[in-house]
Amino acid sequence: MGVKNKLNLNFKLVDDARKIAKKIVIDIQKFIDQHTTTSIERTICRLLGINGTDEFGVPLPNVVVDHVIKKGQINKGVALYLGNAILHTNLSPQDIAERVYQGQLNLAELSWEELPEIKKALLSIISKNLEIIKRNKQTREDLIKKYGEKNEPLIYLIVATGNIFEDIVQAKAAARQGADVIAVIRSTGQSLLDYVPYGSTTEGFGGTFATQENFRLMRTALDEVSEEQGRYIRLTNYCSGLCMPEIAAMGALERLDMMLNDALYGILFRDINMQRTIIDQHFSRMINAYAGVIINTGEDNYLTTDDAYEAADTVLASQFINEQFAKLAGLSEEQMGLGHAFEMNPELENGFLYELAQAQMAREIFPKAPLKYMPPTKFMTGNIFKGHVQDALFNMVTILTNQRIHLLGMLTEAIHTPFMSDRALSIENARYIFNNMKDLGNEIQFKENGILQRRAEEVLKQATDLLKNIEREGLFKTIEKGIFAGIKRPIDGGKGLEGVIIKDKDYLNPFLETMSRDLNIESLGGDK
Amino acid sequence: MGGGLYSINKKEYDKEIDPTRIKPYGDTLNDGEVQISFTLPIEDGEKALYAAIALAKKMGIQDPSVVHHQSLDKEFTFFIIYGELIHTIDLTVIKVESLGVKPMSMDEINQFIKEHFGRKLVVLGATTGTDAHTVGIDAIMNMKGFAGHYGLERYEMIEIYNLGSQVSNEEFVKKAIGLDADVLLVSQTVTQKDIHVKNLTNLVDLLEAEGIREKIILICGGPRITNELAKELGYDAGFGPGTYAEIVASFFINELENRKFT
Repeated sequence: MGVKNKLNLNFKLVDDARKIAKKIVIDIQKFIDQHTTTSIERTICRLLGINGTDEFGVPLPNVVVDHVIKKGQINKGVALYLGNAILHTNLSPQDIAERVYQGQLNLAELSWEELPEIKKALLSIISKNLEIIKRNKQTREDLIKKYGEKNEPLIYLIVATGNIFEDIVQAKAAARQGADVIAVIRSTGQSLLDYVPYGSTTEGFGGTFATQENFRLMRTALDEVSEEQGRYIRLTNYCSGLCMPEIAAMGALERLDMMLNDALYGILFRDINMQRTIIDQHFSRMINAYAGVIINTGEDNYLTTDDAYEAADTVLASQFINEQFAKLAGLSEEQMGLGHAFEMNPELENGFLYELAQAQMAREIFPKAPLKYMPPTKFMTGNIFKGHVQDALFNMVTILTNQRIHLLGMLTEAIHTPFMSDRALSIENARYIFNNMKDLGNEIQFKENGILQRRAEEVLKQATDLLKNIEREGLFKTIEKGIFAGIKRPIDGGKGLEGVIIKDKDYLNPFLETMSRDLNIESLGGDK
Repeated sequence: MGGGLYSINKKEYDKEIDPTRIKPYGDTLNDGEVQISFTLPIEDGEKALYAAIALAKKMGIQDPSVVHHQSLDKEFTFFIIYGELIHTIDLTVIKVESLGVKPMSMDEINQFIKEHFGRKLVVLGATTGTDAHTVGIDAIMNMKGFAGHYGLERYEMIEIYNLGSQVSNEEFVKKAIGLDADVLLVSQTVTQKDIHVKNLTNLVDLLEAEGIREKIILICGGPRITNELAKELGYDAGFGPGTYAEIVASFFINELENRKFT
């Protein structure tokens, strides 16, 4: 299904908006490049192969980074200390980490070797571990080729029992019923943990902990059901919160296929410090880019607190910004699952038309992006029968405008985490509509200067104006003012600010260097 | 299989409502018709059908008819059943704890606060525990409100603090003390395995431990909250779906006023 221009959009204005968004993002990128965070340093530990916990359950990446914070200078980067320790001890990073936690090794007491030597010591480990990620990417591509890629919208379903083994039962059932993407909702509050729990978990609240072992277990289960169904079932998790880049690394190592990955979401809805998470976002997106992971951005969330009709421009403006951030992290357009949602008040006259205009506009402005479309949630009620119809309208917009990642609406959205039958009924609803209206989008054109065209033009104009304002004020200031989702967040507020570190001139993150090169990320010049 | 569309069996139906014997209504008074749906963890087939019918009978459904069954997975079957409920309810013995408050408008509420309290009332709200949904609390508290009913933020005589979601009860109580709140609003939207009940009870315990339970008006709301449940858990009131800011405000200003004299 090709993208046809139905809205008669002013593409000159689209180009302008893109250029402004790029300026906004470059301004922030300069800030990002001067900083690292404790979570990025822990991610480097993980990518160097450090795993496991100490006797109190503290993950070894945390142990090592905390050790360097206490005894050394974390602004030089943990990699520098580990590389130096390898030269001194001839041990693996894992062995070094274990010695650190047993108190047998103080990384800060070792004399400094020459930088080129340190880099060389890390090099073989880096290429070995990046090779695992590349191999995962290749495996995914091979499997998709083997089973064939689905052209219709991917049906995205959530499981959230708290117990990974129960999740597996539910996920397999969902896949057999027709789900293409399984998201394992995280245990509530995990985004605020400044570490990643270890091992398989059977207890969570409103979801299941994201751990590397849980990732592995679910991936294995979905590979089995993929084989059985002859379809590649994708796995998604949440690369957000205080451990954003660590989750990205874990996902890359365990072949997750998609990641929710949006700093703005954490800032607005989890009150995570904006500096911290925007720095984290960049490295996490690079890892996702490297691993061939599709990111999902969180614009849909603005509409759960703000009015979907009135705040439509904030969604589009944010999509433009997210696109530019993604580009600077090396993500291809095909990896940008830009988000939006069907959240207008069902009582709104012609509401369906405005939803259709918005979805079609996103499709035309981001033609290659696998758009992530979220179902109605805000106006869902205990009237499950009406809810089922709302979901049907949402399904229609998806098939009419060729959205790619279709998060399935549940008729019981406002009541509880879905029953197995809720899920089955919702899949049935979507498949019915996707099949029954398959080519309708190609058959219809929009009336010239009609309601849809005028609405899209209006939103595009407003979004461009909003971007101009953001450019003038800077993104951080804009967030402080509460432009997105009507929520204000101060630059020094929220959780995780203490983990923001200004890089020393000797700072080393060898993965950043290697991945930037492999991903052909254009350098902004200047500081680093 | 009984009854159904093509039944020509004459049944004696009542012509008038008997308040002591209320039954569900399908299309004829006292026909008792209900619809139910559920999933059984067994393979679809004849045995599953019989199991579903037997279960429906145990629920008090006479002549249950399985109008739909489908396999959800190898060992799960979904059923939709219609049938005639044998039970009746005596309406005359049902007591409802109604809030007994006439809703006022935003202006009337502001005026009432000015006259009776002479200061702004402090209202603290949050979605507590593990629940991440702020839809409910936002609808009551945020400027925009919901469906044309302004939220408390717009009331000039009410000072609001909306703490958002996933606020721990401990943090919530600490804030309540720090801000010297008059009213606490707790929202619970999507819950799993009745965790909201535990969470709501825990908050009451904490408030009592801090010795401030009596000083504040404690209110909870959400799709699965009823006033009855709220009272049972130790709250002053509970509000279900379809509640707007002015209803909640009308309740708490009256309650605060009543307490002045006790």
